[in-house]
Amino acid sequence: MTEKPISRRTLITGAAVAAGGALLTSLPGEAQQTTASAAPGGASRVVAGDPTKSPGAPTTAVGTRSPFVTPARSPIGEITGSSLTPLQAFSGTITPADLHFTRNHAGTPTIDPAKHTLLIHGLVDRPLELTLADLKRFPATTHTYFVECAGNGRAAYRTPKPEMTPQQIDGMVSNSEWTGVSLATLFREAGVKSKADWFLAEGGDACLMARSIPVRKAREDALVAYAQNGEPLRPEQGFPIRLLLPGWEGNVNVKWLRRIKLGTDPFMTRWETAKYSDPLPGGKVRWMSFEMDAKSIITSPAYPERLSGQGWWPITGLAWSGRGRITRVDVSTDGGKQWIGAEILSPLTSKAMIRFQHMWQWKGGESLLMSRAVDETGYVQPTMAQLRAVRGPGTDYHFNPIRAWRVAADGSVTFEANT
Amino acid sequence: MLGRSVAAVLGATLAMAAACKVEARDDYLGDKDPKQFSIGHDATLAQVAALDIDVSPNGAGLPVGSGIGRDGAAIYASTCASCHGDNGEGRPPYPQLIGGPKGDVDFSANAKIPRTIGNYWPFATTVFDYIRRAMPLTAPGSLSADQTYAVTAYLLSREGLIPDTMRIDAHSLPLIQMPARRRFVDDDRRGSVGGKNVR
Repeated sequence: MTEKPISRRTLITGAAVAAGGALLTSLPGEAQQTTASAAPGGASRVVAGDPTKSPGAPTTAVGTRSPFVTPARSPIGEITGSSLTPLQAFSGTITPADLHFTRNHAGTPTIDPAKHTLLIHGLVDRPLELTLADLKRFPATTHTYFVECAGNGRAAYRTPKPEMTPQQIDGMVSNSEWTGVSLATLFREAGVKSKADWFLAEGGDACLMARSIPVRKAREDALVAYAQNGEPLRPEQGFPIRLLLPGWEGNVNVKWLRRIKLGTDPFMTRWETAKYSDPLPGGKVRWMSFEMDAKSIITSPAYPERLSGQGWWPITGLAWSGRGRITRVDVSTDGGKQWIGAEILSPLTSKAMIRFQHMWQWKGGESLLMSRAVDETGYVQPTMAQLRAVRGPGTDYHFNPIRAWRVAADGSVTFEANT
Repeated sequence: MLGRSVAAVLGATLAMAAACKVEARDDYLGDKDPKQFSIGHDATLAQVAALDIDVSPNGAGLPVGSGIGRDGAAIYASTCASCHGDNGEGRPPYPQLIGGPKGDVDFSANAKIPRTIGNYWPFATTVFDYIRRAMPLTAPGSLSADQTYAVTAYLLSREGLIPDTMRIDAHSLPLIQMPARRRFVDDDRRGSVGGKNVR
């Protein structure tokens, strides 16, 4: 087969094949000498049988993923829906910004940053209006934090199936480096009055999403972020600015932030009363449950992977806690009878994801793989049975049970929800 | 010679350590930065008024205007029913608004128990606040204050919380007692305390 530049029409066909998933299954066969694929923007690629025998592609303005690598979120719903992060596609701890999970309540707005302002008012000495340019003049702060939707893990809690991927189980969590202005700096600038114990954070989307936040969080570690992983926020993550409340449920990290109002009490919006509240046994409902408790999940081996043979395999996964640092992650290969401390591959950063690993020698039998995170408060990630006992089957948020993967004798891996 | 170069390296290391000293910028009352940078500009009353739409449980923020449930029925039928159903029963993915079970209900027992305004919303003001913010989905902000009061009154009356002839306004809406208020309790999770983990 002769190599020749491929036409745009060929490219489109190639892209369609890739989208259908056929590309990946056909590529490993070395017999196939040339495969066309389309990169975003229409750049052409020819995959030669031997890439050392002809020049590669010229440089480009914006990089793209290898055509062999096609991680994707899984969008659910349209305007009021979510889109889950493919946790199983990643190594390390940082979530690529274009794959960060999203959960929107009225779609993703398109906002002109030149026209967007942040208003800080209410119980302040100096009601302030700040542009994006203004915000960038304040001293910046940069930290890595996870953001997790309060409802992450709901499907696995309510309607688990063996054929669930890490993405489908816990894909509403992502981890990024966030840069912005400490909210404490902005509160000092506005002169927040001492009697202000709460503030309302309101977004500029089509539902004016709003949550009440204790002012103490501003003193601790809250920031108004304008950048994620080194670049301006993506529209789906709140461009041009969002609130970032480290370790707290995703919903309070208000995107497209346009207004902060200081007050004495919670404002009691729908999202902190009728939603994002946790029904408990006995008819009670817990509200203002901000912190995300410690959690972990093995991202490999995981469904739909299949172990190709006996021998050494890395068990690897992610752990995080909204209450501070992860102090250890234990791994079990026998369904929780014995636990062994996993190796931690990344710095034990507070309220950020860490990556753990445990080398495991699979001897061909059935195994039940589990991971269990412990945080600096001493909190131990609970089993599903423990969580169900205190919360009930119909509770609605904060699902952090131990996750298990069943490895069958044939090497297939399926999700086991009951731990 | 050797001693001098060691001293030089030591000195350079100390200088680097001094230069790398981390300055606490997140400190709420840090004294390194000025208390204020005088960045941005003062918001005018008009700028604040244009955005200041939140309504609190005590009624703060409720606008001038009023409505009765009977008048809200027509607005509901034309504006809300296409998503929430003719009787507020919901059309998935859009939620049921009214008609959930009353009384002692343990919502944690079954996620399918409908959580509606009458059994799950702790404040009547939140209904107004939410409709004004976000509804209808395809044209948020299109209802007048009177229309918003009327639709709020309609939903509250359909839940049996007020008569459909009652006029609600900034004075009367916050006085409506919601049955769900007694359900709500503060978060008692604290990480691990004394070995007790899971709440």
